[in-house]
Amino acid sequence: MSAGGAGRTSEGAVDAAAVTAWLREFAADVAARRDELTELDAAIGDADHGVNMDRGMQAVMSKLPAAAIGADARAASEEAPLGPLLKTVGMTLVSTVGGAAGPLYGTLFLEMGKAAGDRAALTTAEWAEVVAAGVAGVQRRGKAEAGDKTMVDALLPVVGALRAAAQGGAETSAAARAAANAAAQGMRATVPLVARKGRASYLGERSAGHQDPGATSSWLLLEAAARVLGGGGATTGTD
Amino acid sequence: MKKLVNRPEDVVREELTGIALAHAGRLVVHTDPHWIARGDAPVPDKVALVSGGGSGHEPLHGGFVGPGMLDAACPGEVFTSPTPDQMLEAAKGVDGGGGVLFIVKNYTGDVMNFEMAADLAREEGITVEQVVIADDVAVEDSLYTAGRRGVGATVLAEKICGAATEEGRPLEAVAGLCHTVADQSRSMGVALTSCTTPMAGRPTFELGDDEMEVGVGIHGEPGRERRPLASARDVVETLAGAVVGDLPFGDGDRVLAFVNGMGGTPLMELYVVYAELHRFLQERGITIARNLVGSYATSLDMAGCSITLLKLDEELTRLWDAPVDTPGLRWGA
Repeated sequence: MSAGGAGRTSEGAVDAAAVTAWLREFAADVAARRDELTELDAAIGDADHGVNMDRGMQAVMSKLPAAAIGADARAASEEAPLGPLLKTVGMTLVSTVGGAAGPLYGTLFLEMGKAAGDRAALTTAEWAEVVAAGVAGVQRRGKAEAGDKTMVDALLPVVGALRAAAQGGAETSAAARAAANAAAQGMRATVPLVARKGRASYLGERSAGHQDPGATSSWLLLEAAARVLGGGGATTGTD
Repeated sequence: MKKLVNRPEDVVREELTGIALAHAGRLVVHTDPHWIARGDAPVPDKVALVSGGGSGHEPLHGGFVGPGMLDAACPGEVFTSPTPDQMLEAAKGVDGGGGVLFIVKNYTGDVMNFEMAADLAREEGITVEQVVIADDVAVEDSLYTAGRRGVGATVLAEKICGAATEEGRPLEAVAGLCHTVADQSRSMGVALTSCTTPMAGRPTFELGDDEMEVGVGIHGEPGRERRPLASARDVVETLAGAVVGDLPFGDGDRVLAFVNGMGGTPLMELYVVYAELHRFLQERGITIARNLVGSYATSLDMAGCSITLLKLDEELTRLWDAPVDTPGLRWGA
């Protein structure tokens, strides 16, 4: 990464190259855990979450500019604005995932794109606000609150963790690790919950005892970000 | 589970190819994105009816596209909501200037995708209204669930509203009529076997040879309870009892009785169910003024059926009787 330039404050700032690498990592994780996500969904939903997310992320991979995926990604996308990139990701997910996950993940990225705008790189504090805008969009679209046993249970703690890290002056890498850990905790906390949104809510009490598949894919998303942004020290998905 | 497919991931695309070939001239099948339109769309000044949902419920919704019913249908992947780009293209393609009504079954994904599509269509200057159908009494309707599922009443709403659009009624009136049909309909289903999606290749849920799932959803969602398999008479007592008690339907009511097959149950058994339903309603002073018996809102290869009752008045009866000309429902045309 080159030194200097407006908005560049620290090693590991979030730019188009980092976002591209993040999405590639997430796509690989979703593909690798496709059956696991689908099995979680079979327990309390309609057994298509892994298949749908995998289809969507494969489409995202094919839409990203080829240059941004290649070995010289950083040089190619150094000055690329984040807004259009994130919006492309959002629209691609909206039009390929289907189900409830399509509009929810699509809205997450569309709102992040709106918040990022023309900026080519984000500081930790700016990244925290962009993610917060995305999560707020997810809540508006899905009308879910904390504790409803949805992806919001993994995502809401992420916003808090990122903001706290930014206020504490943390590097992006440390903030991303804290965010992934918060997502993991939120995901695990869905296990005992009774679902109040989505298809799982039809099960009532029978939905308790299962980890929410949407919260699980959201944790994967944050875990991929932590790895790409250099935080290391992966958390585990189940325990 | 044995399936007549080539590759499971190609099922929806290849199904649409078949629909396009089988109904050439009557239907136009668009492929990028997927939506099915009546051959003469857009019809000038008429309100356009657009519905859609996951594939695997055929003939719902694509089989109900045509004069007197839907202007367009958007098929999603198997049991997966269609995406907003499909509904947006469909709305733009069939809007004849009278506006567009989305008829949506109440599932979290469907409602969100149609809402996003309505937002996008309005940004493009199209007037869009949306009515959500939620008639499945098996689901407790409360603030703590996604609400009741949309099932059999969807077929009735599409037929009755389609007739109203052909009469030239404005969007607001057609949406109001759709709400009336939704409000006056109740349904409940039973599964004797699970369905099997082509991608999964094995049954969505386990059900013993001597068991049935009462209150099942059309995607194999669990119902109210699992019970020992019972006779047609007992099953009708359970389903119709729950349906009649919910609205409630009562002495002197005239209804449309809809016995719907889930895909894997022969018409022979559906008629046995209809005979029991007729007796059940007669005993309660409820008159079947119109009926529909057959597999119209299916759940792939699931064995079982659902019972839907719609309380009729003169207007609804007349609109039900109006001509319809679609692959799935056809009379008077």
